Amino acid sequence: MTVTPLNPNRTDAPAYNPNVPDAFGRFGQFGGKYVPETLMPALSELEAAFDKYKNDPEFNAELNDLLRDYVGRPSSLYFAERLTEYYADENGKGPQIYLKREDLNHTGAHKINNAIAQALLAKRMGKQRIIAETGAGQHGVATATACARFGLECIVYMGECDMERQALNVIRMRLLGATVQPVTAGTGTLKDATSEAIRDWVTNVETTHYILGSVAGPHPYPMMVRDFHAVIGRETREQCQEKWGGLPDVLLACVGGGSNAMGLFHEFVRDESVRMIGVEAAGEGVKTNHHAATLTLGQVGVLHGAMSYLLQDDDGQVVEAHSISAGLDYPGVGPEHSYLKETQRAEYYSVTDDEALEAFQLVSKLEGIIPALETAHAFAHLDALCPKLEDGTKVVINCSGRGDKDVQTVAKKLGM
Amino acid sequence: MTSISDRFAQLRSEGHCALIPFITAGDPDLETTAAALKALDRAGADIIELGVPYSDPLADGPTIQAAATRALAKGTHLEDVLDLVERVSPDLSAPIVLFTYYNPILYRGIDAFIEKIAAVGAKGLVVPDLPLEESETLIATTEKYGIELILLVAPTSPSDRIQAIVEKSRGFIYLVSVTGVTGMRTTVASRVEELIADMRQVTDKPIGVGFGISSPEQAKQMRDWGADAAIVGSAVVKRLAAGTPEEGLAAIEAFCSELKAVLV
Repeated sequence: MTVTPLNPNRTDAPAYNPNVPDAFGRFGQFGGKYVPETLMPALSELEAAFDKYKNDPEFNAELNDLLRDYVGRPSSLYFAERLTEYYADENGKGPQIYLKREDLNHTGAHKINNAIAQALLAKRMGKQRIIAETGAGQHGVATATACARFGLECIVYMGECDMERQALNVIRMRLLGATVQPVTAGTGTLKDATSEAIRDWVTNVETTHYILGSVAGPHPYPMMVRDFHAVIGRETREQCQEKWGGLPDVLLACVGGGSNAMGLFHEFVRDESVRMIGVEAAGEGVKTNHHAATLTLGQVGVLHGAMSYLLQDDDGQVVEAHSISAGLDYPGVGPEHSYLKETQRAEYYSVTDDEALEAFQLVSKLEGIIPALETAHAFAHLDALCPKLEDGTKVVINCSGRGDKDVQTVAKKLGM
Repeated sequence: MTSISDRFAQLRSEGHCALIPFITAGDPDLETTAAALKALDRAGADIIELGVPYSDPLADGPTIQAAATRALAKGTHLEDVLDLVERVSPDLSAPIVLFTYYNPILYRGIDAFIEKIAAVGAKGLVVPDLPLEESETLIATTEKYGIELILLVAPTSPSDRIQAIVEKSRGFIYLVSVTGVTGMRTTVASRVEELIADMRQVTDKPIGVGFGISSPEQAKQMRDWGADAAIVGSAVVKRLAAGTPEEGLAAIEAFCSELKAVLV
């Protein structure tokens, strides 16, 4: 067994190593497997299956066919002309803003890339029962979709509060044949849904595959989910090459658990000229107790099987996060983001609920694209970012999901 | 005070199976927890497992989750739990094993945490979300301060893992009787009998069986299958939480006596 010693108290900024994670799932000090013993054999089994199939030509051929014909990939790289004009200075100079249109995927978000790939893997592993957690409902819908497509039983754990604010997605999941299991513990949000999904897995591990929806959880999930989303970055590289014959200068994505951001970033981690920026949810503000700015304000801890930054109190109890966006309302973050922050390879900022709402409306009106509230956080950071960028800087935003699911929340908030 | 290993050595020489009840600290309040520790001790508990309430108890079923939530809502802090152990443990003949998730240990600092629990008189430690691979530092630190770190074996553990876990576990080996979380079950899987027998092939360390044992019949079955201890959690927590604290205390003392009667 490989054990990487860890020292949670170190304060130096270690050098970035792109070859992460190691054999035990460590990204520097982050990651690992902090789970009940019952799950350890299942994690090894999953790791072995992923290792076996990730380079298997037949598996990849099937996956690529599905991504093309069912999901609708490649998603386009779209030049957001009016948004670019909006952020130009008085001389018409400023960054050029491109959107990687993951919102155009089947089911309306990037989440389907991972869900369909894991469902395919589960089938290969002979598991007929699928469980998942969901916050905004996008991962739940993606998983329910993949399960419908492959004829697998599907149970989605969702916090009660999230079921209310993302009611549309609850109906979608039910129509797709999934059972939506309400979770009342804690705040009834993503953290509690994830805990309940893990408890289900502990109980039914022999028959069940857990399709975890973010780059979080115990190894191999952060690596596997990243790799299944890495198609976002690979396409982006090709599309940038086609459009201007070069690399993007800045990548921008929202971060809750961080899967859409890792999907975009991973391809470019070795390209030192490419700036990578993650945007967290500041909720009602980082000076209040109502936020989800884990990387900005959290401390190193263990949640849901991985060591990462974590919002916690002076007793090491996990505290409740807050965001208007259910998908970012999570007190943890994927371990690789903690590593990218610690090594300073990526930068992380936060924007408030109100700023995200402004961006939500701005992008809708200027581009005719209603983004998900999660995605709106990435757009909102343009306000702070653009004035500092040189003319012609190529910014690629991961337009990770569409906002239809959020219209009720927004209408209520804006009194429409 | 007696170590966990000493207690087992003594029980073994007498031909007894140990009774290990579990309660959550601070549920319904810390004063009741203090009284409960004494009641369990009086009723014949050989070792007492004391749960530190945690916000995200992944390995726990509804009963113990709810107890932790109630304790936290009452404002139970780790420091209060440790003060309680320091105050009550000198009056107990049963050594105390703390049951806590890993994050509170990590947050305080592994060395500081273990030094402190040793200083207040805890004798053992169970960390349900820390598998062997992540335990190296904790194993070294608990050894340094004389705390026995009890590791868990699950029904899903393959034999090579069982062997490695058994080797590193101190005090006893905690055999999880179900593929699942804590909570009362009406029967204990017969697979436990095989697991106990398999573990006997590789170790003479004591084996305690827990998760799902909720009646004297099941406790006796563990003894008959060759276990060295029966660990009873949710069934005790549930009784303690029913009715007033006085009723709860009387109920767990009576229940503990019933369990003890079938194990000696």
